[in-house]
Amino acid sequence: MKTILNGKQLSITIDRLCHQLIENHLQFEQTVLIGLQPRGIFLSDRIYNTLRKLLPDAKIQYGKLDITFYRDDFNKGKGLHVPNETSIEFSIENKKVILIDDVLYTGRTIRSALDAMLDFGRPASVELLTLIDRRFSRQLPIQPDYTGRTIDAFISQKVKVLWEERDGKDEVILVD
Amino acid sequence: MSLSVKHLLGIRDLQRQDIELIFQTAREFKEVLQRPIKKVPTLRDTTIVNVFFENSTRTRISFELAEKRLGADTINFSASGSSVSKGETLIDTVNNILSMKVDMVVMRHSASGAPHFLAKHIDVPILNAGDGINEHPTQALLDAFSIKEKLGSIEGRKIAICGDIMHSRVALSNIYCLKKLGAEVTVVGPPTLIPKYLESALGVNVTYNMREALQWADVANVLRIQLERQNTPLFSSLREYAIAYGINRKLLDSLQKDIVIMHPGPINRGVELSSDVADSGHSIILDQVENGVAVRMAALYLLAGKQAS
Repeated sequence: MKTILNGKQLSITIDRLCHQLIENHLQFEQTVLIGLQPRGIFLSDRIYNTLRKLLPDAKIQYGKLDITFYRDDFNKGKGLHVPNETSIEFSIENKKVILIDDVLYTGRTIRSALDAMLDFGRPASVELLTLIDRRFSRQLPIQPDYTGRTIDAFISQKVKVLWEERDGKDEVILVD
Repeated sequence: MSLSVKHLLGIRDLQRQDIELIFQTAREFKEVLQRPIKKVPTLRDTTIVNVFFENSTRTRISFELAEKRLGADTINFSASGSSVSKGETLIDTVNNILSMKVDMVVMRHSASGAPHFLAKHIDVPILNAGDGINEHPTQALLDAFSIKEKLGSIEGRKIAICGDIMHSRVALSNIYCLKKLGAEVTVVGPPTLIPKYLESALGVNVTYNMREALQWADVANVLRIQLERQNTPLFSSLREYAIAYGINRKLLDSLQKDIVIMHPGPINRGVELSSDVADSGHSIILDQVENGVAVRMAALYLLAGKQAS
């Protein structure tokens, strides 16, 4: 087991990602945030709350998207996934969407998320923000626009993101 | 997480966790049905046949919509106008359909136990859409789901099932389902329409007095009088039934309490329910129909996934 980001580093990284978002999206007038269920939500909650502190006057729209019904491994003998809540209480038509997930690995989740999201409308553009990018392990041509930390890891290794709200402390670890 | 059963033949075979898993999944499908595009691609590699040996409006449309909203291909079969009238057996009929690469069967049959019989002879998942006077599991699931949605919980709630208990598969499935979820159940109706063993066998209360039952209940699930299943008359006339067991505005007002009115449809207006009750704010009849699609999507999704794993 190896620590990739400790609590302090995680908090700095999230702050930095927020500033990068502001750099490109200013007051978020045409931009919406969508966090991916179930694990991306912890990150997107943090990002949303940090942005609200940084931009107290901005009205930032924030939704949650579950991709269970869009997975490409249903009926492929991988077991059944239980769906989580989707709540997108606004139109994404012609908006700039920022998809938020914790770990980018094969890219298949993001592929599903793009399909799921397009059923809500046709956004002007879509960007991807991930906390951890496991590069060289992609199975689809998908790359992040904002990255917390890029890492190299073996297929046998797992990246675990721990959150204060759920696990009692903030930390990103690599498990063998 | 997955269901403990391969087929959905009856609520009797389900565990409480199965029912809760179906509800949890149905809640998310209900959200899908509110989207601009009310459809997901999950079962796009699945073909489902709806085999109906008995008439149906709601259940059949509801199942077909649920299948289409899941992206499945559907085919419909009804006994009238088919080779059943030429004497083909049930197993032959279904096996012929399955040999055209069909992955799931939804079946309604007038004979109790028909889907259980079929389950012993074919490999694909079967969903019972009502068998004779035995069970109608998806109806009970959507009824309980609707109660949970309306009242927030089922545990400890008092549910009255009213009317023709004897001939109702909805009643039996509802009793199993509600008891498994921890509700208290009372059945009410004329003595001739309530089987004698019910109280001891299923742990429900029995009363023959409608007012007493409604006074007690949080929810009244009112059943249709099934004249088509009564070979000998079990009450003197529909008019007399309506007077003794029909629920009307006056009766509801005299209770001086809130009560939720449900009905699985089709309603005999003026018999078991008067129009001013069926269309009132107490009634969640159309919510039941709406929830039916989401609950059936959940059942289909979970059974299709079960088959794979």
